[in-house]
Amino acid sequence: MSQAPFYVSPEQLMKDRADFARKGIARGRSVVVLRYDEGILLLAENPSPTLHKIAEIYDRIGFAAVGKYNEFETMRQAGVRYADLRGYSYHRSDVTARGLTNAYAQTLAGVFTTESKPFEVELVVAELGLTAETDQLYRLSYDGSVMDETEHVAIGGQADDITATLKDLSTSVLPLREVFDHGVRALATAASGTLPTQDLEAAVLDRKASGHRTFKRLSDAMMAQLRED
Amino acid sequence: MSGFSPAFLSSTSNSFVELARAVAPEALPTTAGQDLGHLAPEGTTIICFRTATGILMAGDRRATIGNMIASHSMEKVRPADDFSVIGIAGTAGLALDLIRLYQLELEHYEKIEGARLSLGGKANRLASMLRGNLNLAMQGLSVVPLFAGVDEVTPAGQIFSFDVTGGKYEEHRFHSIGSGSGYARGALKKLWQPDLHTDAAISVAVEALFDASDDDSATGGPDFVRQIARSAPLTLSTGSLRSLRPT
Repeated sequence: MSQAPFYVSPEQLMKDRADFARKGIARGRSVVVLRYDEGILLLAENPSPTLHKIAEIYDRIGFAAVGKYNEFETMRQAGVRYADLRGYSYHRSDVTARGLTNAYAQTLAGVFTTESKPFEVELVVAELGLTAETDQLYRLSYDGSVMDETEHVAIGGQADDITATLKDLSTSVLPLREVFDHGVRALATAASGTLPTQDLEAAVLDRKASGHRTFKRLSDAMMAQLRED
Repeated sequence: MSGFSPAFLSSTSNSFVELARAVAPEALPTTAGQDLGHLAPEGTTIICFRTATGILMAGDRRATIGNMIASHSMEKVRPADDFSVIGIAGTAGLALDLIRLYQLELEHYEKIEGARLSLGGKANRLASMLRGNLNLAMQGLSVVPLFAGVDEVTPAGQIFSFDVTGGKYEEHRFHSIGSGSGYARGALKKLWQPDLHTDAAISVAVEALFDASDDDSATGGPDFVRQIARSAPLTLSTGSLRSLRPT
């Protein structure tokens, strides 16, 4: 006796996929991206010194991710390829976070609806403007939805707690030292404990950088220096 | 599905040139299949030698088409990344394209892999890019680079010369390429010493380039009217790249 095929409503299907992705993301630790007066700080809780959650995409574009490593690594490399090819075919100034975010959104949405399992990732694409007013922060979810943030943005399992801690804080007028402090405190509150410097991964997009590449990783020593007050 | 082209997601290569060849071959330099050598500007003399603290590379600023001067202010010596420099003689358009492509190749590798190529790796990568340009060289559009750099393993630096077929040769003291290279090398033979400090090294470089310009019509000499008397030498001392353009 053959079994009658089950009917699954599209609502239920999407909800199941979203729950699956959300569960996967909630297991990982969080990342927070904050603007400061001279740039953008990308800060993650990440005990591994080599498996990065924060990366350089292009001259003024940074990338931060949470979730499944192999999946966001695929997205990061695709972003680097997209940006480098675009910058080579046109001009370095024609590589924009908006274009990259669109490509990410379309790809994530495509995987969410057509593949057998959605990507368990959340991403932030940050672009350093020539002036502070033109900085851009985009947050992308597993289903390809995009949000445009103004001051700071958190992703990962404790994103809501971090956002609550940083609520009403305008980081874009504060110096790096203070913003770093706020970021670490928000991450630590969400992780309910203190965070030793070696468990942090940080990088900045620095508006004062001399060359065309503005992305700079902060070593443990540089972070320790920022933390001592 | 729009978004990234599938090759971006599935590629396993860390080479930008390979990626571009697969995804956008039209973006890479090519030409029609005939001899175009007489139509394109040529870059001329580049010299490079060891100094007490690192390596110095310098070039004249002239580009020529046959007996005509195409440019007085070309920059043929460029940083390849923060730890290496590249200077190119030969067909100017291709040379500048090759420099841009090579700079991007190093940057792309660094971003994809999360680590820099070793100095030897950079030199080999450049050699294989030249090999890929061999068909252009057969059409009279040859490009010959001179490459030098430092890394953690070789803080004193290394100099590499190349030929159009992709041959790579390490130079231990000094080397020159381009139409005026013979005259410049003659000068370097007499003037170069292993322990030249920055100022002395720069004057040796200028004298060698002056000799090249004196006897080779394609090499530009000191140009006091346009204030481009000195080319743009870049000294590469241990771990840092410093531009010494006249201000």
